[in-house]
Amino acid sequence: MARYILGRLLSAIPTLFLIVTISFFLIRIAPGGPFDLERPLEAKVMENLARIYQLDKPLWQQYLLYLKSLASGDFGPSFYFRDFTINELFAEGLPISIQLGSSALVLALIVGGAMGVLAALRQNRPADYSIMAAATIGVTIPNFVVAPLLTLLLGVWLGWLPVGGWNNGAARNMILPIVTLALPQIAVVARLTRGSMIEALRSNHVRTARAYGLSGYSVVVVHALRGALLPVVSYLGPAAAALLTGSVVVETIFGIPGIGRYFVQGALNRDYTLVMGTVVVVAVFVIVFNLIVDLVYALLDPRVRYD
Amino acid sequence: MFTVMRTGLLAAALIASTALTASAEVVYHRGNTADPETLDQHKTSTIYEANVLRDLYEGLTTANAKGETVPGVAESWMISDDGLVYTFKLRADAKWSNGDPVTAGDFVYSLQRIMNPETGAKYANILFPIKNAEKVNKSEAKTEELGVKAIDDHTLEITLEAPTPYFIDLLAHQTGLPVHPASVEKYGAEFVKPENIVSNGAFVLKEFVPNSHIKVTKNENFHDAADVKIDTVMFYPTEDRGAALRRFQAGEIHSNNDAPVEQVKFMRETLGDQFRVAPYLGTYYYALNHKDEALSNPDVRQALSMAVDREFLAEEIWGGTMVPGYSMVPPGIGNYGEPAYADYKDLSQIDREEKAADLLKAAGFGADHPLKLELRYNTSENHKNTAVAIADMWKPLGVEVSLVNTDTATHYALLRDKGDFDVARAGWIGDYSDPQNFLFLVESDNPGFNYANYNNPDYDKLMDEAAATTDLEKRASILKHAEEIFMRDLPFLPLLYYGSISLVSSKLHGWEDNLQNIHPSRYMSIAQ
Repeated sequence: MARYILGRLLSAIPTLFLIVTISFFLIRIAPGGPFDLERPLEAKVMENLARIYQLDKPLWQQYLLYLKSLASGDFGPSFYFRDFTINELFAEGLPISIQLGSSALVLALIVGGAMGVLAALRQNRPADYSIMAAATIGVTIPNFVVAPLLTLLLGVWLGWLPVGGWNNGAARNMILPIVTLALPQIAVVARLTRGSMIEALRSNHVRTARAYGLSGYSVVVVHALRGALLPVVSYLGPAAAALLTGSVVVETIFGIPGIGRYFVQGALNRDYTLVMGTVVVVAVFVIVFNLIVDLVYALLDPRVRYD
Repeated sequence: MFTVMRTGLLAAALIASTALTASAEVVYHRGNTADPETLDQHKTSTIYEANVLRDLYEGLTTANAKGETVPGVAESWMISDDGLVYTFKLRADAKWSNGDPVTAGDFVYSLQRIMNPETGAKYANILFPIKNAEKVNKSEAKTEELGVKAIDDHTLEITLEAPTPYFIDLLAHQTGLPVHPASVEKYGAEFVKPENIVSNGAFVLKEFVPNSHIKVTKNENFHDAADVKIDTVMFYPTEDRGAALRRFQAGEIHSNNDAPVEQVKFMRETLGDQFRVAPYLGTYYYALNHKDEALSNPDVRQALSMAVDREFLAEEIWGGTMVPGYSMVPPGIGNYGEPAYADYKDLSQIDREEKAADLLKAAGFGADHPLKLELRYNTSENHKNTAVAIADMWKPLGVEVSLVNTDTATHYALLRDKGDFDVARAGWIGDYSDPQNFLFLVESDNPGFNYANYNNPDYDKLMDEAAATTDLEKRASILKHAEEIFMRDLPFLPLLYYGSISLVSSKLHGWEDNLQNIHPSRYMSIAQ
């Protein structure tokens, strides 16, 4: 098992390298640079800025310099947030995104999973229909609609919860962002669980378990659900990577200092190092979570072995 | 001898008012467009950066609640007869937040620093009126040669290249704010960090968390601290204007310097006086590329201008938050008088359109031989709506417009690099209240701003003449003549004067609408 994990991690290095290389050159194709403002700069000032940020060097040299600093864990200075390095920005923002994302993930798994199981057990009955209708709505309404509606209702009209702001991570400020992040995930998890649960309930091993006279709980939870979770897990891998690295929409609407916004801010401001930093972080998360998914497979499905 | 003597009387008067409310901490929650790129005043260029820096630092001159320039660290000044030498007397009680006195040497250091090309100051050129500033900034002279000299700790002498009537206003701009030399020497670029920063304004920096907030607290060493009623200001970046409105409605922020224009009706109805629109020192315009063959014909440019229904744009597209614009220089500006309006300002829209159609026809364009134009704008819902509306207004004249939308960086990079375009959206907010700050945009030796590639020696000559004129009335009439030429030649097509839109809670006192939209927190108070 350890050998397998090590092998996977090693094989991730060329993948990462490729991602870094492609993104490095892609972002440079975008017209304009980090210092193009509505107010143009004096040529001399532009020259000095370029020198300070090493943009005056040939592109291949910049690329090698970036790789070198990246290898030592240094993402470089931000071109837009000039008082911060990318490492400082991530040190501040990433824990916040992870905290919100993981809470949303757990919420989605518990609520969505329970809804899916319930729907499967009550297949083609009113409970099933209403859960699936709710799930369809959950998937189709985008979060930039849900978030303002929730804040209007619970923040502005009822005054129960704050409309925005992080407030140093106060629980009250986290509720709405977590719910907004979790809603579409709940819907997807519910649909996936329902589908695979219906299949599992009809499968031979569950029928056998029933025939042996096992209790309903044991049949559903131990025998059916375990197998039924496989598609959910494979969905949750990439979904978790996306959730934990923050959401532009949710962070902007609720005024949360996570790293989700940096993707867009970096791209729009031509903050090359910030874009590269977010790309690397997201790539690492995707790689790690795909590995975790494969490991969880082995736990859930006895047929999967990594020896 | 032409002398200006102004003394700060404010400080002495209100020392007794300190013991009013000793109880709860007064926190002003303030929405502010976006996060600063940096809090290093010399490297900033935007309005939302100025809003924070104005609270942290005080320049030689500063702004009062009405946005007017008043004495700051300098309590008085004298101007030589030729208008070239300014001698500032610094107030004795001006202190840095660590207790150090603010000296003339600090300003010498700061002005040399911003001009030093090594600093990479984006907006150094605004201070080019100072003697040798441009040369220093272009590495053609040593920093010591800059026309700024400390006579003693409390006397500062600044020599200018040419008489500059707006120089006193200029010093209140964020580029004129001092840095604490010892901190800059000790920490380098890190001097802006909350743990290192030393400032001389009404507030000091405590926290800067990007995308969350900037927290500043009252500076007890500020010479007018007795008068500052706010203990803490929390600045929030409010990029999402809809979200900012909801936070305002919920009472989480006391003010925001923008609001969703598409909800103007709703805001007027529900917020009443808390929704504010005030004239603003800015012009929204379209640059017309004079290198384009069709657009090089002045009649074509005039026709395009006449056919735009500016009232419709201001009312329907911008919800009354902008004002129809018939001149490049916005009305109400200092050192000027009435701007030079387009001569069709008082014609009805129908008459204008008729005239425009005639002009274009005479130029050889019409339904069977359409004038094809590419109109470029940077991403924004209202820029798009404006462009669509204008394309529609031009259509009956036989103008076929294709719209091209790009993000802001791409848009301005194309204009800067003299890329190929016909018509491009742009806007200009004045840095100081003087017509020169609008008319210099299209001088032929100003390639960075002269998107139109306008080149008129007569215009340049008038601008040079104005720069050398000390008599304010005479100068105003020269500049007005220049603007008349501008309106005849139309390098830019002025469309609207900006309005400033703000949400201001009825609990927040001391926010006074003004042309420059400057609102220092030190003059505000909050009713509990």
